[in-house]
Amino acid sequence: MDEQLFTVTVFTENQVGLLNQISIVFTRRCLNIESLSVSPSSINGIHKFTITCYSNRAMMERVVKQIEKRIDVLKSFLYTDDEIVYQEVALYKVPTPRLLDDRTVEEIIRRHNARILEITREYVIIEKTGHSDETESLFDELKKYDIRQFVRSGRVAVTKSPEEYLTMYLEEQECRLNEL
Amino acid sequence: MKELISGSDALIQSLILEGTDMVFGYPGGSIMPVYDRLFDYQDRLKHILVRHEQGATHAAQGYARVTGRTGVVIVTSGPAATNVITGLSDALMDSTPMVVVTGQVATPFLGFDAFQETDVVGITQPITKWSYQIRRAEDVAWAVARAFYIASTGRPGPVVLDITKDAQVGMTEFDYKPCNYIRSYNPRPDIKESDLLKAAELINRAERPMILSGHGVMISGAEAELAELAEKSDIPVATTLLGLSTIPSDHPLYKGMLGMHGNIGPNVNTNRADLIIAIGMRFDDRITGNVKTYARNAKVLHIDIDSSEFGKNIPVDATIHGDARDALLKLLPLIEPRKRTRWLGMFDKPQQIESEQVIERELHPAGPKMTMGEVAAKVSEATGHRAIVVTDVGQNQMLSARYSRYSEPRSIVTSGGLGTMGFGLPAAIGAKMGRPDRTVCFFTGDGGLQMTIQELGTIMEYGTAVKIILLNNNFLGNVRQWQALFFKGRFSQTPLVNPDFVAIAGAYGIPAENVETRDQLDGAIGRMLGHDGPYLINVNIDETDMVFPMTPAGGNVDFVMLNQTEIYPVD
Ligand SMILES: Cc1ncc(C[n+]2csc(CCOP(=O)(O)OP(=O)(O)O)c2C)c(N)n1
Repeated sequence: MDEQLFTVTVFTENQVGLLNQISIVFTRRCLNIESLSVSPSSINGIHKFTITCYSNRAMMERVVKQIEKRIDVLKSFLYTDDEIVYQEVALYKVPTPRLLDDRTVEEIIRRHNARILEITREYVIIEKTGHSDETESLFDELKKYDIRQFVRSGRVAVTKSPEEYLTMYLEEQECRLNEL
Repeated sequence: MKELISGSDALIQSLILEGTDMVFGYPGGSIMPVYDRLFDYQDRLKHILVRHEQGATHAAQGYARVTGRTGVVIVTSGPAATNVITGLSDALMDSTPMVVVTGQVATPFLGFDAFQETDVVGITQPITKWSYQIRRAEDVAWAVARAFYIASTGRPGPVVLDITKDAQVGMTEFDYKPCNYIRSYNPRPDIKESDLLKAAELINRAERPMILSGHGVMISGAEAELAELAEKSDIPVATTLLGLSTIPSDHPLYKGMLGMHGNIGPNVNTNRADLIIAIGMRFDDRITGNVKTYARNAKVLHIDIDSSEFGKNIPVDATIHGDARDALLKLLPLIEPRKRTRWLGMFDKPQQIESEQVIERELHPAGPKMTMGEVAAKVSEATGHRAIVVTDVGQNQMLSARYSRYSEPRSIVTSGGLGTMGFGLPAAIGAKMGRPDRTVCFFTGDGGLQMTIQELGTIMEYGTAVKIILLNNNFLGNVRQWQALFFKGRFSQTPLVNPDFVAIAGAYGIPAENVETRDQLDGAIGRMLGHDGPYLINVNIDETDMVFPMTPAGGNVDFVMLNQTEIYPVD
């Protein structure tokens, strides 16, 4: 089956040890996590994991079900790129003298919609937000200026769907509690 | 102000409030405060001192499997905690409710490689339903309540509570509230009306449906509903290994066991059926063989409490997500009465061939040494087919499961998913303690018995009336069989040099006898079952005997070996 990049989001209760529980679902199946980001979600006390991974759909559907099986996981969802709006942030640290020597720098930064965060005598820090192909293409252009450090964040994503499935899930659980 | 009690008291009182009457355990440094407090609760909570922590987990599993209640284990930290790993893994695979309490070093020592510190939560997360470290006395009640709720509901499984020493000695108010709700965990999902309608339509329309009854039927207590469905729609029933006894062996619609060493009829007819109705089972590879050809003419209806099983191994056409008994109760009114004489007749020929070519040879072998099948059949007969059958792993497991007959639910205790040698003896102890009113017959091999043989000490101490049938071929028989069939008969490291088992039993005060020849068998079985207490018979088994029929691993379910040279003729 065809491999493609999937985005898995996982919403969990605020309990210790969840990262381990989620990551072992991937490692057991020899799946490499491409990127990972974890943060509090918009709902108080609920954490959101965003994980990207190359695999096929059947495998990823299994992964999502196994993740959801963990007791403190509320919900997990599987997306392809067309179903979400997503971004990454990349930071580039480049030696200042090399950049200043070259008149095209300003043009590169403009063209890539990047921005400069900090300039010192020794180095310049450039930030670029975008998809990975965009942060990579800036990387390629800056290569000639001798990039000293480069780092890319994990993906963050929100869905395009008008339905808010997590909210619906939480409402269902609220009802379940009230019925008890 | 409310009265304060220690974390240890809170733990013990919580266990009692959850209905625990018996715990299996072994003391040690990091759990001593709990053991000290246990001393004062002996009238309310019986502690069974096993001889090895692995034994505690399997005993708790045996207890849980026959009673349907949660088995409880208490052990110390470090090596004791690592000794329970096999039992946890086994219980997860075989959906067994179990709560294992492990002691842990005091909180300030965590992470410093203190004496007997192990990362118990880290190690056990992949092999438990939930694993939690209790670091404060005031969290004990909450954690225990949650542990029992998680272990026993939904698809049952093992839970670990790792309790630090300071949490055991810390003082807390105690106000126990059982858990019945966890936001992120819904163990009893509402069954969807649309799923029921679709399922009923599939069943009503099918010409050749077959029910695969698994452990889930036993767990949910759906045996009566299973029989009702089968009878109403005249559907043949096959069971998995763990589903044995979900329908009586003499039920006219019971067509046998599935799997590598299952009966020919249900295996071969899996590929003739036009509808597979799988209830509380998970399409293990020992059942499916080659998934590409499995049930190739059938639609698949899967009923299970664990939705992650849907489509995991086999594509499904319809599902009912929920408790098996709930699902069947709701489904039954939608099912139209049917007669399927022709389809049921298709089980006759494979059954006949199996009887003539496999069963007959096993029950009436030509040679002087005995076969495991004939022993199991005789023991079953002698118990009126009413015993709880506990097995170890290997040929003894397959043959005692095959040749025993079952007339009551919850009559099989065996390690299915993990196939743990050494499971049997402690599991039999737990089973007998859980159901002292029933006869417990434990079939084992000479290899597996020696993996947990120290539990004979537990039997001795508590006088547990387990009937031990040692099917002794002086070989690791199951491996020998594969070597004979697939490795050119090179018996690498499978002959066993064995001790005098009767003498060993005798040293533990357990009456025992050798059964050298066939003419001694009936008498020995009679003495074993007639004796009021534990008993061991050491039966001289033909090491060349093999388990047949056999569908080799990864092969098609309708490719069945009748013996070393003959294949079942599929038409
Ligand atoms: C703990 C463990 N180790 C190894 C195995 C692999 N294994 C499966 S069956 C078997 C042989 C069992 O021999 P014995 O207990 O004598 O029983 P028999 O097959 O002869 O009935 C072995 C080694 C296992 N299942 N479990």
